[in-house]
Amino acid sequence: MNLASILFDPVSDKHAKQKSKYTVDRMIPGAFEGETVTRRHFMTGTANVAGIVAAGAFVLPALGFAFGPVFKSTPHRWETVGTVDAFLEDNYLPVVITLTPGIGEAGKTTVYVRKRNPAIDTDPYDRSTRFIAVSDRCAHLGCPVRWVPAAERFICPCHGGVYDLLGRPVGGPPVRPLDRFYTRVVGEEVQVGPRYSVNSELRRFSPRDPGEPLDGVGQYLYPSRPTAQKP
Amino acid sequence: MPKVPAPPIPSALKAPPPRPGDANGKTGLAEGVKEGGISVVDWVDERTSLSGAARWLMFRKVPKGTNWFYTLGSATMFAFLSQAVTGVVLAMYYKPDPAGGAYESIRHVTNDVFLGQFVRGMHKWGSSVMVVLVFVHMARTFFFGAYKYPRELNWVIGVVLLILTMVMSFTGYLLPFDQRAYWATIVGVNINGTGPLIGPYLSDFLRGGGEFGATTLSRFYAIHMLVIPGLLAALIGAHLYLVAKLGTTAPPWVKAEEQQELREAEV
Repeated sequence: MNLASILFDPVSDKHAKQKSKYTVDRMIPGAFEGETVTRRHFMTGTANVAGIVAAGAFVLPALGFAFGPVFKSTPHRWETVGTVDAFLEDNYLPVVITLTPGIGEAGKTTVYVRKRNPAIDTDPYDRSTRFIAVSDRCAHLGCPVRWVPAAERFICPCHGGVYDLLGRPVGGPPVRPLDRFYTRVVGEEVQVGPRYSVNSELRRFSPRDPGEPLDGVGQYLYPSRPTAQKP
Repeated sequence: MPKVPAPPIPSALKAPPPRPGDANGKTGLAEGVKEGGISVVDWVDERTSLSGAARWLMFRKVPKGTNWFYTLGSATMFAFLSQAVTGVVLAMYYKPDPAGGAYESIRHVTNDVFLGQFVRGMHKWGSSVMVVLVFVHMARTFFFGAYKYPRELNWVIGVVLLILTMVMSFTGYLLPFDQRAYWATIVGVNINGTGPLIGPYLSDFLRGGGEFGATTLSRFYAIHMLVIPGLLAALIGAHLYLVAKLGTTAPPWVKAEEQQELREAEV
């Protein structure tokens, strides 16, 4: 007896062998000998289907409500962080931007910004890379790294991740370079925009969470998500 | 020790034995309360037949050799009940507001509210106690071989209870919303995200978006105080039902009693 027959036809086994005594024998109008769906079976099925529909009517919207944010993309924000002259070619300056407005300190993050230096920056030059904005979110598990100018390294306090000047991992557990932010110049102001992730060759990907490698099969094992798309 | 026989008293001088429902004409207060209690219980039982279920659940035969190790499951359950009660009263003060209100409400409970520090301490330390008790209870079950037929399903339910307890610990850790809570949750969510294929979506579900956002704290709060406790209570019920239905095992060092007739028949 499978699940469907239990749900929709729970009495069929018991009554399959004997002739219907509820329909033909009782002269119920419309009944006929050999009918496969008796009134009893029909009513049982109807009651169960009605129960499933009623339960689905509140369970499905509730699930959709709870899982909805997984499919919703967040609008991109651009934030002015300083003037063009404020940033150096050989050292990062920390700036604080708001990722999520309305929740105070919890929605802010630190970004390390410097001017592009053709001598060291090998990633393709376009209008997004006139200034390099490196996220302080460690690519291991998301702790905030700090820039140590004397060592020219980003160092993570949690599990010992170390990154070089370009944000590529040179020690510890991180699986890919530090994320970056798109930058643009509006008039004399430098603006920092949405986040993107890079692989070890500094190729751009849509933002991934920390701990997700982007080299080899990594980009397929950790796919792009609807919540975090490239602009 | 043999009982000393009662002294010979003429039957006329003996006090008549008390009879239920008839205090020999005199109805004292104690008698009245007792009668009242009995009739209330009878009234409910006549309409529900719950006394049979209560007897079935509480007056069970236990095997020879039952010892203190067998109290670990009850200890875990009382740890859960303590978490449930203290959690409900803490929810009367807590505000899941990430813009500073959450931290402030916890500070208020800890510093200002009568018995606040004590009750919050019970909830905070009790969570560790519950996790430890779950593992000790699990180890007892494992080393006594109590997971074997016919109790495999109870082991499976127990493992689900362990996972749900871990989810409770994880979601509860964010709620104080101090630096430790925030960064531990960032790291924990990202560990979830390292699962291939579904990991990134799981992280988004936990956060309610691509970044730690305005609703992350209230999501964790709802999961912590509504979703998981309901599941935990239901599964603890199933766990207990199976314990009562299947009975407990004897400890492994207790040998089965030899049945003399069978041995003689063998020889």
